[in-house]
Amino acid sequence: MIFQPAIIALLLASATGALLLAACAPYAVRVLQRWDLASGSEYQLRLERRTYLVSTIVAFVLAAQVLALLLFVFNADRMAVMFVGAMCAVGTLNANGFGFPALLAQIAVFFLACTWLILNHLDTSAEDYPLVRVKYRFLLAIAPLLAVAAWLQLRYFLGLKADVITSCCGSLFSEGSAIAGDLAGFPPGPAMLAFYGALTATLAVGAACLKTGRGTPAYAAASVLAFAVSLAGIVSFLSLYAYEHPHHHCPFCLLKPEYGHQGYALYLPLFGAAAAGLGAGAVAPFARVASLAQRAPALSRRLVTVSMVLFVAFAAIASLIILRSNLVLLDGNSPL
Amino acid sequence: MAWFARQKYLIDYTVASLLRRKSRTLGLLAVYALVIFLLASVMLFTHAVRREAALLLADAPEVVVQRMVAGRHDLVPGDYLERMGRIRGVQSTEGRLWGYYFDPVVQANYTFLVPREAPPAAGHAVIGEGIARARGIAAGDVLAFRGYGGKPVSFRIERVLSPASEIVSSDLLLLNEADFRAFFGIPAGKYTDIALRVANPQEVRKVAQKIADEIPDARPILREEILRTYESIFSWREGVVLVLMAGAILAFAILAWEKAAGLSAEEKREIGVLKAIGWETGDVIRMKAWEGALVSLSAFLLGYALAYLHTFRFDAALLAPVLKGWAVLYPHYRLAPVVDALQVATLFFFTVFPYAAATIVPIWRTAVTDPDSVMRS
Amino acid sequence: MIELAAVRKAFNQGRENEYWALNGIDLTIPANRVTVLRGPSGSGKTTLLTVVGCLARPTAGRVRLGGKDISGMPERFLTEIRRRTFGFVFQQYNLIRGLSAVENVMLPAYPLGPPHRALRDKAEGLLETLRLSHRRDSRVEWLSGGEQQRVAIARALINDPQVLIADEPTANLDTALSREFLGILESLRESGKTLLITSHDPLVTESSLAERVVNMRDGRIVK
Repeated sequence: MIFQPAIIALLLASATGALLLAACAPYAVRVLQRWDLASGSEYQLRLERRTYLVSTIVAFVLAAQVLALLLFVFNADRMAVMFVGAMCAVGTLNANGFGFPALLAQIAVFFLACTWLILNHLDTSAEDYPLVRVKYRFLLAIAPLLAVAAWLQLRYFLGLKADVITSCCGSLFSEGSAIAGDLAGFPPGPAMLAFYGALTATLAVGAACLKTGRGTPAYAAASVLAFAVSLAGIVSFLSLYAYEHPHHHCPFCLLKPEYGHQGYALYLPLFGAAAAGLGAGAVAPFARVASLAQRAPALSRRLVTVSMVLFVAFAAIASLIILRSNLVLLDGNSPL
Repeated sequence: MAWFARQKYLIDYTVASLLRRKSRTLGLLAVYALVIFLLASVMLFTHAVRREAALLLADAPEVVVQRMVAGRHDLVPGDYLERMGRIRGVQSTEGRLWGYYFDPVVQANYTFLVPREAPPAAGHAVIGEGIARARGIAAGDVLAFRGYGGKPVSFRIERVLSPASEIVSSDLLLLNEADFRAFFGIPAGKYTDIALRVANPQEVRKVAQKIADEIPDARPILREEILRTYESIFSWREGVVLVLMAGAILAFAILAWEKAAGLSAEEKREIGVLKAIGWETGDVIRMKAWEGALVSLSAFLLGYALAYLHTFRFDAALLAPVLKGWAVLYPHYRLAPVVDALQVATLFFFTVFPYAAATIVPIWRTAVTDPDSVMRS
Repeated sequence: MIELAAVRKAFNQGRENEYWALNGIDLTIPANRVTVLRGPSGSGKTTLLTVVGCLARPTAGRVRLGGKDISGMPERFLTEIRRRTFGFVFQQYNLIRGLSAVENVMLPAYPLGPPHRALRDKAEGLLETLRLSHRRDSRVEWLSGGEQQRVAIARALINDPQVLIADEPTANLDTALSREFLGILESLRESGKTLLITSHDPLVTESSLAERVVNMRDGRIVK
């Protein structure tokens, strides 16, 4: 393991988050067994009051997760200098098999925590707390995932070994651990087609969904797809335009000051759009619950709208990057 | 809009409430800022040192070749220069002469070096600031050492190196080649090591590989590897110091917990009143969260600003002995100020994050005060 | 407007010191009237106030407010109802020390987030009707008992509640101030508020203001 402040900080954060949520688990079980809003007993009152603690903790874990995600990527980028062949964060994350799984697990935690908080918001807006059991079952499902994410990150950091000078023959023995730090990506033409196609399709589904009030789960699925395709698009061609370099595919360097922090302008709307889209899908089925018959559709409409606006913002920023770039990837004969 | 107005009211209330309890607030703020100050000092200092080293290495040769005999350093024969010069990709080769000398007068090691350009005149030396300080000498004075074979040798000081890059030049003593060889008794045609310039960075590894193949007793060291080693050594040291400070962080988290949990009777009553007159549990939690955010932000800015001053204005007086090299002659120099986003984020996770985590439960416990408690007392 | 049916309230439920403060209360509190709860201390008057005023939930029984059953509602929603429907004047006034009179009056509106200017104007208006304009920027701990109570009344009225609840309002006042307080209540009743007061002070229970007096003992209503 590389003993380094940022790594210690990340391990501290993930362990704290996992422990906090684990501490909520017994309470979640008790809610599932003994929740009875009709009862005026002091026990029920205590349970109700504890729900405030749980939602505060989940919000805290979510906030910490967003920051930790950024720190994780930044730190990976900074550590690239320690690994032979690693040029930036991608190389560092590839330094062993746990890097990317750890990153993906953290992204998953982010989305699940967002979804939970959206459900919580819906639930606490109705006087009978109709989703209390759904929510706490969901929480019991998230808690282990958080532990898994923490474990993956730990394994990743434990497995890192810097290629330092050895006492015998300096350089060449570190060659073995060299990394092919390149996510190849698709050819830019089809990738661009897929990118704009997926975004347009998602917006179309969203528009239909707003118009008819139905098909929100389809929108959620579409926004997850658009999220994945957008990430692939960033790797395969958007990064090239941003760096104005035909072989620099890194999705993380975009966040760096050298490239004007463009990454934030791309990722914030993209993650927000996907989270809102997922949330809309999670909320929609509960229109069947009597006390949510009005609220659930209203909330899911709002989320679909927010998600669509953010997808449009993302597409606009991506297009701006492409238009402003001096790089020419596609000539007149290309498919676009 | 109402949302913003609400947050503003909550902030107003919490600011007033913090000001009403000045001594408590200041106490917490002082401890909080102190923890941040300590951690930030370590981070700013190591980061600046690391950057300094990287800047220096930027001018270093791409490859340095040493000769190993029986697993130990040995002098490099001059004909290696020519053999290496023939390897494709090598732009230039240069035999370097340098070594260490222990000065019993001040109990410190000096680095003797023959500079590539503008060597001092015969019988003259150029010295680093650290030596000048330790021996209390200046340009024009005479400095005497016991040379090779025990003969006393003296040099007249030509000048003292400028303090700009003192971290490496502090213990430096520059001689010309003839004086150096005479002083240490190194025969002509032998060098301490060889520096290679390689024009194309992509070929550096290839060149090193060829050297190792053709001259089996040569040990090539790449600049990028030195950089990598520095990076991990400094990060490692920084990490060790931070872990040593973990005790401080833990103590601080406990203090935060206690401050948040051990509300005074007066404050408990206030929360009860707020609940009774129509504040909801969530409002109280938000109000307390703002309190934490304000305290954290103030402490963070204060602690960080103090650490910045400490590191860059007062030469990290408290930390330098722990974190700088092992040499006895500490460089005495100003680091170039650097603020780094990664470090700020890391610092945040070491201070604000534990504080927030430690206060969640106490805040919640306060917030769920029975709204009817004020009527029952 | 407020109906209670078989309301019971326990403290320390399930423990050895379990104690039933209310033991089957059936009561209707009409709108736009003054109702006084009378009884010795420990009779459950204050607990009844907390249940009626949505400060606490009954352990058993039903509470209806304007026809809506609120007895099983989570605290989150009870609070919402409480701050729009009820204003409280506590026996100890319970003002926040260190804040000025006008700030104290504004406090209950903070979680609603009204525009600051409007809120302040309203608070100052209330203080003016209660003849406290000259004291509005004084810290509350510097005010006299009667002044503090008037600040507490202004605070209770800031969110325009339909019902004003006062717990032993004259317990800490001399006769002159008590009469002044009754005068304030009178004008509130004229403005259409519903008043619910606990008291064992004859000055209150026997005044013409007390349209209806409910006697309590041992957590029950006695005829």
